[in-house]
Amino acid sequence: MSGAPWLSLTVWAPIAGLAILLLLTPLTGRRGRTEDLDPEPPPHRGVLVAGPTARVLLWRWGTLAVTLATFGISLGVLAGFEGGEAGFQLVERAQWVESPNLQYLLGVDGISLFMVLLTTFLMPVSVLASWRQHERVPAFMASLLILETAMLGTFVALDLLLFFIFFEGMLFPMYLLIGIWGYEQRIYAAVKFFIYTMAGSALLLAAILFLYFRSGAELGGGTFDLMALQGMEVAVVTGRWLFLAFLLAFAVKVPLFPLHTWLPDAHTEAPTAGSVLLAGVLLKIGAYGLIRFNLGLFPEASRYFREMVLVLAVIGIVYGGVVALIQRDVKRLVAYSSVSHLGFVVLGIFAGSVQGMSGGVIQMVNHGLTTGALFLLVGMLYERTHTRDLDRLGGLAKQAPVFAGVFLVVALSSLALPGLNGFVGEFLILLGSFFTARPYAVVAALGLVLSAIYLLWAYQRMMHGEERPELDGFRDLSGREYAVLAPVVALIVAIGVYPKPFLDRIEPSAERQARVVQVVEPPGPAARGGG
Amino acid sequence: MAERVAPEIVLRPILPEIIVAGAAMAILLLDAFRSSRDRRPLALLALAALAAAAASAIGLWSWDGASTILGGMVATDRYGVFFRLVILAVAALAVLLSMLDVDDDRGGEFYALLLFSTMGMSLLAVSADLIVVFLSLEILSLSLYVLVGSSPRRLASQEAAMKYFLLGAFSTAFLLYGIALAYGATGTTSLSGIAGALAGETGDLGLAMAAAALLTVGFAFKVAAVPFHMWTPDVYQGAPTAVTAFMSAGTKVAGFAALLRVASSALGPVAWDLTPALWALAALTMVVGSVLAIAQQDVKRLFAYSSVAHAGFVLVGVVAANQQGISGAMFYLVAYAAMILGAFGIVMIVAGRGEERTTMAAYAGLARRSPLLAAMLALFLLSLAGLPPTAGFIAKVLVFQAAVEAGHWALVVVGVLATVIAAYFYIRLIVVSYMEEPEDRGAIPTAPVPGVAVGLAAALTLVLGVLPFLLLDVLESASILRF
Repeated sequence: MSGAPWLSLTVWAPIAGLAILLLLTPLTGRRGRTEDLDPEPPPHRGVLVAGPTARVLLWRWGTLAVTLATFGISLGVLAGFEGGEAGFQLVERAQWVESPNLQYLLGVDGISLFMVLLTTFLMPVSVLASWRQHERVPAFMASLLILETAMLGTFVALDLLLFFIFFEGMLFPMYLLIGIWGYEQRIYAAVKFFIYTMAGSALLLAAILFLYFRSGAELGGGTFDLMALQGMEVAVVTGRWLFLAFLLAFAVKVPLFPLHTWLPDAHTEAPTAGSVLLAGVLLKIGAYGLIRFNLGLFPEASRYFREMVLVLAVIGIVYGGVVALIQRDVKRLVAYSSVSHLGFVVLGIFAGSVQGMSGGVIQMVNHGLTTGALFLLVGMLYERTHTRDLDRLGGLAKQAPVFAGVFLVVALSSLALPGLNGFVGEFLILLGSFFTARPYAVVAALGLVLSAIYLLWAYQRMMHGEERPELDGFRDLSGREYAVLAPVVALIVAIGVYPKPFLDRIEPSAERQARVVQVVEPPGPAARGGG
Repeated sequence: MAERVAPEIVLRPILPEIIVAGAAMAILLLDAFRSSRDRRPLALLALAALAAAAASAIGLWSWDGASTILGGMVATDRYGVFFRLVILAVAALAVLLSMLDVDDDRGGEFYALLLFSTMGMSLLAVSADLIVVFLSLEILSLSLYVLVGSSPRRLASQEAAMKYFLLGAFSTAFLLYGIALAYGATGTTSLSGIAGALAGETGDLGLAMAAAALLTVGFAFKVAAVPFHMWTPDVYQGAPTAVTAFMSAGTKVAGFAALLRVASSALGPVAWDLTPALWALAALTMVVGSVLAIAQQDVKRLFAYSSVAHAGFVLVGVVAANQQGISGAMFYLVAYAAMILGAFGIVMIVAGRGEERTTMAAYAGLARRSPLLAAMLALFLLSLAGLPPTAGFIAKVLVFQAAVEAGHWALVVVGVLATVIAAYFYIRLIVVSYMEEPEDRGAIPTAPVPGVAVGLAAALTLVLGVLPFLLLDVLESASILRF
């Protein structure tokens, strides 16, 4: 294990960068007027306006630099991580508050490792995708940076209260991102997002405090330390209630049917960067929480409620797919496809087999990349056409063949075409659950069919179909947009073709977690998926 | 033959009160002989007196004399010192806030009354006898009645003063009746004497229960717990905002200081019987305060209801009645004082001359007009809502944890649900200030001094949220009641 505290460095790098940017801001002179008050006229009219002020440039480039640096630092976590081990690594522990015994306790295992990397990877992409954000740029970038620290902290905190602090810390910056820089219904969507999440997490705090209290009696000294709490016996009924409290918080985030109704609004109204991070990272925190805390702390209750969660997951898969079919708004379509895909993740997590769990974890990464890319593309589309209405789009492939091509690749990844990343995850999930939760796997397979229908149909309507004269002059990808999409697409292909390096690191941890809900011994050797 | 010994007069432990009262009288005198209408020198004198009182209070931290002085009237424990410091700080911030409108026609009596009230509060925190509790409550209330009505040009201010006076007098009657019954039950008014009589079962328990109930009602009025909160919104709205800030923080801190002391010492032996009542009081206060706040359109009323709800959260710590509960409630009070003072400070700055702009609409687009002000408002709101990394979050965790420890997990569930309700109206104000367009885009004029006061409150809110151990270490010894 290397000596540097890689996790702390990664988590706090965005905040440190934010502090530097704040200090540099006065050097850019007085508050400019353009950045604050005069949104640039829509670019597609080709009107030239005065260039951005020094302050805006500082924050754009500065934030990009900070997020890239954070990504670089997070590679240190990857380098320091020993594959093939199931436990937590790179653990950092310090006492923060004596009473109550709150520790600054960080660590990663194979599951959270990739969540951290996914987050640091998607951040610079989101920043770059927000290059055309002209409204209150410094505040926008600051929200992104605070959000990044909170998200990263959530994935690596191993102290329950510390986790909760980061978990709640994500709420406000994301709320601002949606509410200030979102589209027409932004305030409604932002408040809905806030209230749902807050309501979900309220009981989580109560449950965490209850665990602390129990640990005082059971372990001789209260603690929020996840690893210590895992060894604690909790009465059956108590454990089930606590499980439900945790489940509520994470089911809202995932989101699990029927708590998903905030998602289409929030995803649709959020600015592109917000949508990418919501879909790419925030939803994963729900799934991650299920693995880490629900399975980790309450094995008995996890088995007891397994069927219920599986039913909800499968309903989500089918329901999300069906509702996506009837959307006219592309962004809403992608949002509902998220409900469906996250249903797959939960199915994998609760299937009770190593393949299911590994598939669930890698599908979390995949979904972050794929759906992130879809939101990026939809954002680019909207910037050009100012519509996301499928009925008003058509024939774009002729105007912008590269754009259409990238969209096709990403859509194919989302519908799990072999050779692309989506296949690896969904195949493993279905394989894993086929032996241990067969009826659910069979229904879930329907979700694959549905996703093929709605994605290809949407592609066909947008890119081919009738050409629209008002869409003439639709530009193809610009250099910056290449830079945004290229790394994401590269990873989509890379994971699809050669998932082994990822699975090698995920599997040991996944195996440990999967045993918790293992009710049926899956036959045969552990199969490896891949194209 | 028993010889009557006059109690030894030791005044050092009440030196802070003496300084504050002396300064108040000096201000009254100076004001009478002053020709200039500039109130700033008087404000500075008040600040100096508060600082001196705080210094002498700090000196009492390591007091090793008797645990009570003046014949058992005044306690000398660190608990009292701690609360005194909090109250003095609240008063100092209120003085700073009041310097926003230096040229209005309130005279020097404003600062004198503020200091008298402060003295009453700080005496309340150290009273070890129910008679002193009553006296100090009267000192603080009488001064506040006048302060609330000190905006002569606003009718609402007069109305609020009248309401506050009537209901305040009513509540004092409850308290006094409770004191009388306590004396009847135990033959003493000293807190430790009552506790001794009740523990030894030499007192009349039935009468003592009635006394406990009446005392609780009296305190519940002062700290604005539901269903004794009716006066709060009208009074908080009508009073000049600097006074609202002062009383919302100061009265609550002092009231809880006394309630905690009375409940855990004098009424300690009957705590078991009192707990269900306090439990209901806490639950009702949290829920009703939060629910009623949702419908408010006036920001002062909104914070008034929010302050009601917060009394409920502090009561959770009181209900827990263990060491964590007491220190949790103390932490909560400090955090609450910082954030409510800051919030009302911003209300005052936004309201401007004549206090007209206090509706939600006045906050539209605040973030564009005065970004720093909006950011601090957001910080206070997040803290009031109990979100990390603010003092309000740590405070809630502490009282909830104490309640879970004491077995009141149902109360914690009520509490977290109330938090969700409350979050709705806090973020509504954030929506207005960050996401709506302002009517005019000019920056809001901010005088530097009140700005500093709000800034200090904001810094405290953030520091206590990130480094809570700074205060928790102090509380370790301050939360032990001894006399």
